[in-house]
Amino acid sequence: MRSSSLPISDVEIGRRAYRRTQNTRSVLVSLVSTLVFAVVIWLTVVNTPGWQSVQRSFFDLETAIAAWPRIIAGLWINIQVLFFASIGVLVLSVVIATVRTLRGPIWFPLRALAAAYTDLFRGLPLIIVLFLVGFGIPGLELFPRNSAQFWGTIALILTYSAYVSEVFRAGIEAVHPSQRLAARSLGLSHGQTMRIVVLPQAVRKVTPALMNDFVAMQKDVGLISVLGVVDAVRAAQIETAANFNFTPYVLAGLLFVLLALPMIRLTDWYTARLRAREQMGTLL
Amino acid sequence: MTEHVLRLQGVRKRFGDTEVLGGVDLTVARHEVVALIGASGSGKSTLLRCVSLLEQLDDGRIWLGDLDISDPRVAPDRVRARIGIVFQQFNLFPHLRVIDNVALASRRVLRTPRSQADAAALALLDRVGLADKAQEYPDRLSGGQQQRVAIVRAIATNPELLLLDEITSALDPELVTEVLDLVRQLSAEGTTIVMATHEMAFARDVADRVVFLDGGVIVEEGRSADVFEHPREERTRAFLSRFIGPGGSGSSVA
Repeated sequence: MRSSSLPISDVEIGRRAYRRTQNTRSVLVSLVSTLVFAVVIWLTVVNTPGWQSVQRSFFDLETAIAAWPRIIAGLWINIQVLFFASIGVLVLSVVIATVRTLRGPIWFPLRALAAAYTDLFRGLPLIIVLFLVGFGIPGLELFPRNSAQFWGTIALILTYSAYVSEVFRAGIEAVHPSQRLAARSLGLSHGQTMRIVVLPQAVRKVTPALMNDFVAMQKDVGLISVLGVVDAVRAAQIETAANFNFTPYVLAGLLFVLLALPMIRLTDWYTARLRAREQMGTLL
Repeated sequence: MTEHVLRLQGVRKRFGDTEVLGGVDLTVARHEVVALIGASGSGKSTLLRCVSLLEQLDDGRIWLGDLDISDPRVAPDRVRARIGIVFQQFNLFPHLRVIDNVALASRRVLRTPRSQADAAALALLDRVGLADKAQEYPDRLSGGQQQRVAIVRAIATNPELLLLDEITSALDPELVTEVLDLVRQLSAEGTTIVMATHEMAFARDVADRVVFLDGGVIVEEGRSADVFEHPREERTRAFLSRFIGPGGSGSSVA
């Protein structure tokens, strides 16, 4: 920003005035067009023949209030699952990504195993993993009886680690090889180089992508309802069945959006900050 | 104490079908400053990278002091900690502050207590006039300042040998002097240095010995005054004339 106390030439004053009027006009045009568009959509929907019944069965305030306690209790379970799954995903995916970047023939078996894992779990639909893990592993009767919530969390970790490890791997490979060279030339071991030099830089490079995956997982925790966990989605299903009214689903959906919003905004803010930092002083 | 810090015998290195080093013999005495000169692709950088075990040899042996470091049973990390290397592109760690860049190897490789390592790093930075930049991140520094930090980082562990790989090639001309002055200072203090360089005037001025590489072999070597004033080989003459001009007695380098 230029200091405003500096003397300004008439040419610059003229340019600034021009830019200001242009800006005001652009803002007005977009504001009006958005409003017109919204009103048209609203009027169209409200005047459809079935609107009255749709409003009753999807946007009914009384049903929403009645379903509230149960759905909130369910959402709390979603948040718990999200918390543990996030930690699990971070740990597992860093390990997998590190293994996949190991060089040298002695690491081949481990590397192949990690590659097979990411191939398998990126290909498998999450809902199938949920069924296999949630019903299959307890069926082995090998582990003490854990809740469906526990196995649902494990299934989420397995699926999301496969994606997130690829994000980390991209970040690790985006760190210039000369950084590794410099670290090793100082006498740091491979592990130290990874921990102190490569990973911190890799994480910085992929943070926006990681946050995006977190937002994706935030809503996919709702899928653990297929295992019978009474989370927000399951609670909404129960309420819907009890009242023959779909409003609880809409309510649960809105709550998931509210849950995701802070993270989405944070991602946008962080990405913008990165861009600002890398393109200092340019117009485009 | 051994007479020789570094000894190379028949060192060969291939990249695919190209032989980059075709049997190099070289001995570097303690406190000696050796300049490697030669065109791009003559094998100067590869030679330095082989010595610091960043490349694997295809043949030949290298001794650091009495230790055969080309022996696969030798732990490479231990060897690298005894050799400092500075690169053309600085290669500072951008996510670490200047002081942490410098103190990193002392802390993590030599296991020096943190406060002690930091104090030593700060003293080194002070010596090169960068103590006030200790808490900055490297990208806030000029190229010349970054390269001085890189040199200080390389000597922070008191290596017995310092390798400099065209350390001024990426710098603007007005920043070259401050880096070369530091190297001059180090050589005056008795640091053993092997440097690949295109700064002929500097090589002639500071190096005890000059080694001219061409096509991966040593074509000529000798006291720097001799090589620059009276090159014996035609290839050396041809190479030097491109820098110094025919006659070989000019001193300016652009």
